[in-house]
Amino acid sequence: MAKLDSKVPAGNVQDKWTDHKFNMKLVNPANKRKYDVIVIGAGLAGASAAATMGELGYNVKLFTYHDSGRRAHSIAAQGGINAAKNYQNDGDSVYRLFYDTVKGGDFRAREANVHRLAEVSNSIIDQCVAQGVPFARDYGGLLDNRSFGGAQVSRTFYARGQTGQQLLLGAISALNRQIGLGNVKEYTRREMLEVVVVDDHARGVIVRNLVTGEVERHSAHAVVLATGGYSNVFFLSTNAMNCNGTAAWRSHKQGAYMANPCFTQIHPTCLPVHGEGQSKLALMSESLRNDGRIWVSKKKDDKRHANDIPEDERDYYLERKYPSFGNLTPRDIASRSAKEACDSGRGVNGGEAVNLDFKHAIERLGKNVIEERYGNLFEMYETITGKNPYKEPMNIYPAPHYTMGGLWVDYNLMSTIPGLFVLGEANFSDHGANRLGASALMQGLADGYFVIPYTIGNYLADNKDPLMSTDKEEFVQAEKRVTDHVEKLLAIKGTRTVDDFHKKLGRIMWNKVGMARNEKGLKEAISEISQLREEFWKDVNVIGSAGTLNQCLERAGRVADYLELGELMAKDALDRKESCGGHFRTEYQTEDGEAKRNDEEYAYVAAWEFKDTGNWELHKEDLEFENVKLSQRSYK
Amino acid sequence: MSDVKLKLKLKIWRQPGSDAVGKLVDYDVEVSPDDSFLEMLDQINESLEKNNQEPIVFESDCREGICGACGLVINGQPHGPVPRITTCQLHMRHFKNGDTIYVEPFRAKAFPVLKDLLVDRTPLDKILQVGGFVSINTGGVPDANEIPIAKDVAAQSFDAAACIGCGACVASCKNASAMLFVSAKVSQYALLPQGQPERQRRVEAMVKAMDEQGFGSCTNTYACEAECPKGISISNIARLNRDFFSAKLKSKNVS
Repeated sequence: MAKLDSKVPAGNVQDKWTDHKFNMKLVNPANKRKYDVIVIGAGLAGASAAATMGELGYNVKLFTYHDSGRRAHSIAAQGGINAAKNYQNDGDSVYRLFYDTVKGGDFRAREANVHRLAEVSNSIIDQCVAQGVPFARDYGGLLDNRSFGGAQVSRTFYARGQTGQQLLLGAISALNRQIGLGNVKEYTRREMLEVVVVDDHARGVIVRNLVTGEVERHSAHAVVLATGGYSNVFFLSTNAMNCNGTAAWRSHKQGAYMANPCFTQIHPTCLPVHGEGQSKLALMSESLRNDGRIWVSKKKDDKRHANDIPEDERDYYLERKYPSFGNLTPRDIASRSAKEACDSGRGVNGGEAVNLDFKHAIERLGKNVIEERYGNLFEMYETITGKNPYKEPMNIYPAPHYTMGGLWVDYNLMSTIPGLFVLGEANFSDHGANRLGASALMQGLADGYFVIPYTIGNYLADNKDPLMSTDKEEFVQAEKRVTDHVEKLLAIKGTRTVDDFHKKLGRIMWNKVGMARNEKGLKEAISEISQLREEFWKDVNVIGSAGTLNQCLERAGRVADYLELGELMAKDALDRKESCGGHFRTEYQTEDGEAKRNDEEYAYVAAWEFKDTGNWELHKEDLEFENVKLSQRSYK
Repeated sequence: MSDVKLKLKLKIWRQPGSDAVGKLVDYDVEVSPDDSFLEMLDQINESLEKNNQEPIVFESDCREGICGACGLVINGQPHGPVPRITTCQLHMRHFKNGDTIYVEPFRAKAFPVLKDLLVDRTPLDKILQVGGFVSINTGGVPDANEIPIAKDVAAQSFDAAACIGCGACVASCKNASAMLFVSAKVSQYALLPQGQPERQRRVEAMVKAMDEQGFGSCTNTYACEAECPKGISISNIARLNRDFFSAKLKSKNVS
């Protein structure tokens, strides 16, 4: 086992990024056009990175599997984006945002990265406003803020309930300008299926044109992955249908270590599963917990309608267990409590749903006030369920939402493959074991606008080799891996559908690698997943051919990767014999059922090196906390 | 949750490729009223795959009504019969047992069908690439609060910026005009101080690109506004026209 070098610069945490920016090498403006950079993904991280590197003068090639970068799943983020502006004069600062994020992540994030994130947060807001992002404003014309979980200050900037959409459209506008100017060349409907590694350095990618089925080779001096998270390993999640882990996973198999894959966030307020045909889970904003009260019946298997259950037969379990935070406990705790209530048979109709009730809020504040605050969310709930939440409680249940784990990167956001950089949700670095609300947008844009444009120059300045020909053996081999994989999938012609395997995998993951995990369940999961994987490669039926638009083939490739990634998630969860943030091992809890960390033995990043299928070697990066004092989180 | 299933007859557009001839194909389906329209298509596809038949190609991603990827013409209406929602937000409870439902792709000269129900909408992005931005680079911008903007102006700009670029406006228009889409982007910036320096250049460039991409002209039928899932107002088109004529009067690009 080797220790990983995070390349965190020396010095005070407040000075590290400033010093590092000065110490890094620069590429002369006239020389930048000699470098080609590939960016994969056009969400917040990818679009902002491609646009900014295009502005600097690099030749950027941007790849997205959508018809337009505008469709990337960043667009669906609702709540807001954090920044340490302290516009509200309520005591916020860069240091406080840094502190809250490290603590909220249950002390499993890298301090130096988090501090840099907090430092650049303010520039992000400036940038977005200058682009014309229509943030919410107060009557004086200045920007408005709201509060989010895990913070005692108002630092969240928002654009109604569509902040992600407006920020992404802002980043895409910057990207479109660069495409128009010819600095960025956009390749739409392309899926990255391999990274090309030459002499241990990332020098290109292999993509499949999703319309024609053609497999293409692309060469560059560096490759930037901004491909999002892997929550769809659970089949049902809040992620979009096409979100997948394939680009990251194929890179992992070429040498990029995967870090903390078991750190997944289960969001407490999503709509419950309505039936077998369900394709995804809709998220309802966390802000609903400000006025909604969460409860279940005190009786098991209570089939009465919520409105017929009298007050004294209801258990407002969050208020009972966490009197000081009540319904506003952090996401991991609220999710686990809902699961406990339903596992004990007290969910709505004895099933997997709890009530989120606005009756008391409507009585106290009036229907108008509730409508003003949450009208669009109530409408969305009614559109989906056909039920009126002004008249009966909403039914909600937790759902997989975000993955804190991802490819391991050093302080420069470079993976263990030199020249392969990883941004946004696809990397592991900033959120530890639990991400705070409104921090995902912040990290995606921080990485893309303000980190990679600096760190990539430092790498390129030392790697001046001319662009490689795509006829080189490594490109040929990488393309062959792709075409072999595709042909192998198409040749099986079994009896079961791709979705059938995906749903089975999702069920294993949800039941055994979900909100609560234990040694027995995780061991079972590992063997069940590897068995399912074997069945997949014998019995899956992938319809159609390779040389055409084939959505069945696209899904099959992604599920094949999930069947490996899921196993690693279980293995990582099994290996981490402690509870922290979103990773809850039932064997490691305090007397009152809270997560019990083990800082002595597990204050490290678990980075897994791929050996062969089902076989990994663990490497550790020790986490040092020089500024934030390790403590037990308490929300009682 | 309802246990009663709806029995429906679907007539779905199948077209193997851009140049191939397409036709409506019948499918009988039983579906829960709680399922969404796209989940119904998922179920048809699952059974097609089980029978070794090619699944129906259609596009969808977020399934929350925000990414703009989905878009079907259902019984002649883009995004179906319920106003102000996208196709992915349409649920089967809005249909009756025994209904026949026609499902077709968005049709417009500028949106060629690639396969079945999936069309190419990238011409919309080509328009954005000539002017749908404020020309600033990353960094070196003023503090966010140095640009005060009245609350109602910011809200109006947001209303225009809420466009999801699905193309329903184009599909609903008898001229296949993209005016609602283009005017929403033009308006978002025209209303804000940040958009002023390029206001004239932007509207000229975007209108020119819109014509070049093969979209038709606007004849004020208001169909686009009626079918827009995000309620983008045609007052944006009026604003674009005002800006465009004013720009043309001052323009150096005489043509």
